[in-house]
Amino acid sequence: MVEFSYNLYLLLSAILFTIGAVGVITRRNGIIVFMCIELMLNAANLAFISATGIHKGLEGMIFVFFVMTVAAAEAAVGLAIFVMIFRLRGTISVDQMNLLKG
Amino acid sequence: MVPIVFKWIVFLVASLLAIFSAIMMVTRRNPVHSALWLVVTFISLAVLYFLLNATFIAISQIIVYAGAIMMLFLFVIMLIHLEKGPEELKVLGASKIFAIVLTVLLFVEIAVGVYYYRVTTFKPGPMPLGDAKTVGFLLYTNYLFPFEIASILLLVGIVGAVMLAKRRKE
Repeated sequence: MVEFSYNLYLLLSAILFTIGAVGVITRRNGIIVFMCIELMLNAANLAFISATGIHKGLEGMIFVFFVMTVAAAEAAVGLAIFVMIFRLRGTISVDQMNLLKG
Repeated sequence: MVPIVFKWIVFLVASLLAIFSAIMMVTRRNPVHSALWLVVTFISLAVLYFLLNATFIAISQIIVYAGAIMMLFLFVIMLIHLEKGPEELKVLGASKIFAIVLTVLLFVEIAVGVYYYRVTTFKPGPMPLGDAKTVGFLLYTNYLFPFEIASILLLVGIVGAVMLAKRRKE
């Protein structure tokens, strides 16, 4: 049995990132699009952690910590924006978000 | 030391579960089901972090992502009665096919990059242990300034969320 190759983790990260990208492009529900973005952030986190294993430094974990902080702030503000849009328009379908259109 | 076979089994189970639940998350129509499948993805990613010796990150993944952020998502979904969800496009239109082709191209690009990725500075040896002590020591010494900036970012996030969600007096 061979020792792990960290490329397997990078490949898994690529697969998860692609699934998230498919979701962002094809889904119309705003909240599901948001969840797909969270999935893409997690795929990037997995790549950072496997880079920690490759370079044997702990900087990747620090990066993941900051990505988690940004994701938490983003989720709070983004969901508040969705609540606002729902109050204003009665829907959160991303096709109908044309408020800025003149 | 953990035997290598056990490591392989844990890796295969966790990664296949992560991929399966991510696909389920993207394809479900009900947003509540999507959110719960996303929790499964986050927890299997936490298992992979444990496998990579990143214990602090794994625990914060469970607490922050699977706990706090997904609770917020479920709360908002139920707050604005989204269980049914807006009508999705049922037909596989040209734009959807174009999108899928585009993302498959993206995946092939990343996979080729991973396949030809050869690190010149690869150091053999075990993965460094990223427990709370070592990561916290780094956070409070070398990365103190970014850590403080992160706290200010969270404060701004709290204030912004409250200001946005507050009902305006008309």
